[in-house]
Amino acid sequence: MRVELDVPKCVASGQCVMAAPDVFDQRDDDGVAILLEETPGEDLLDDVREAVSVCPAAAIRLVER
Amino acid sequence: MSDVLSCPVTGASGPLPEYPLPRAAECPLAPAPATQELRAENPITRVRIWNGSTPWLVTRHADQRALLPDPRVSDDDLDPGFPYVNAHRAEIAPVTPRLITNTDAPEHTRLRRTVNGPFVVKRIEKMREPVQKIVDELVDRMLDGPNPVDLLQAFALPVPSLVIAELLGVPYADHDFFQRSSSLVLDGAAPPEEARRAGGELAAYLDELLKRKTADPGEDVLSEMAGRVRAGEMAHTEAVHMGVAMLIAGHETTATMISLGTIALLQHPDQLALLRGSDDPKLIANAVDEVLRYLSIVQTGVRRVAKDDIEIGDVVIRKGDGIIFDLHAANWDPEVFPEAERLDLTRPARIHQAFGYGPHQCLGQNLARLELQVVYGTLYRRIPTLRLAVPVEELEFDHTGTTYGVHGLPVAW
Repeated sequence: MRVELDVPKCVASGQCVMAAPDVFDQRDDDGVAILLEETPGEDLLDDVREAVSVCPAAAIRLVER
Repeated sequence: MSDVLSCPVTGASGPLPEYPLPRAAECPLAPAPATQELRAENPITRVRIWNGSTPWLVTRHADQRALLPDPRVSDDDLDPGFPYVNAHRAEIAPVTPRLITNTDAPEHTRLRRTVNGPFVVKRIEKMREPVQKIVDELVDRMLDGPNPVDLLQAFALPVPSLVIAELLGVPYADHDFFQRSSSLVLDGAAPPEEARRAGGELAAYLDELLKRKTADPGEDVLSEMAGRVRAGEMAHTEAVHMGVAMLIAGHETTATMISLGTIALLQHPDQLALLRGSDDPKLIANAVDEVLRYLSIVQTGVRRVAKDDIEIGDVVIRKGDGIIFDLHAANWDPEVFPEAERLDLTRPARIHQAFGYGPHQCLGQNLARLELQVVYGTLYRRIPTLRLAVPVEELEFDHTGTTYGVHGLPVAW
């Protein structure tokens, strides 16, 4: 799977970090999301799905191959 | 004890329901029955509000998720179609500066990023220990004090004000002053004169403290804002305003989640036992989200205005139409939360919309979650015999504020 993060849409709520801390982090100064792992392993699929569903800005997309 | 299964789910009689819709007296924690009926039968429909205008009311979870992040759905309260919560909000809109609460992207995105630093997940997590200390001390004081006691005054209100004092960097010696004045400002029952004076004292105090932090910065949010003021990114008065805003936004809401959350958990002894018996942080975190879902305390709905025609389902929302999103109705939507009327601390609850949804979702939600995790994980464990000192029917609920609440919560143990 591939994760896509639309940075301009990000409102820095940090919900992705809470859902999938191995895949997302936040910039220290303003909290904008950072994609740590563009192609995370299958074991992280549930976490990433949750991150997609809780992102309030709908800024995360999961492309499953 | 009220049986939630017997709570009514109808009541939207008449051609155009008046919003907000009333709750059923016998089910004080459930959503207004009429919103539940509308969600099932008329999920996007016109309602009438205080000024006679007829915005759309959106009650289904899926429709709210589709519309709230949509760029055509605007938070611009200068738009003549904006469905104001009340006359006061309508009056102040033209004289209110543009803030995160009344702007759209891209301006909103820029503004939100300048105030978001303190709420970054990792920074909030560092608050866990200080919050635990605050909660433990308040429980100590409660156990040493009178029994029964008003949980609101003795515990629920002091927790958030002391946490915000900690976050802002208010010195410990001033915590009592800070807590007393902030409670007065926010206590709807306090004489207006006294509330105004307390508000003035609080703003003057923060103004003075900001000056001290400018000269001698620490690791706290006020020091950080002082830095932004020095760098010319923020005016001094803006920083004071932001400090007061953080206090107001995070105070009553958190206190209500503690007071109403306690009522809800006491009404579900099996769920309370589950919570009390567990030290699994994941279970406690999910319990907080489930109680947030169950109570959905914002009771006037999220208000927006359409900036373009929007087709959704078999409805067309026209440009300039007001839109109201009823969060409680969405959070009891059986399509997403089967048997939504049951408080179930183990259900997947994370997708609830108690903090709203879309780019304006609550700025302080991560702090609120942390506070509630510490409170729910501590209070009922340390006072296992905690109970209401009066029947629920005798409690006086606040049906008029933006957030639901209770005026006083006598408890005993």
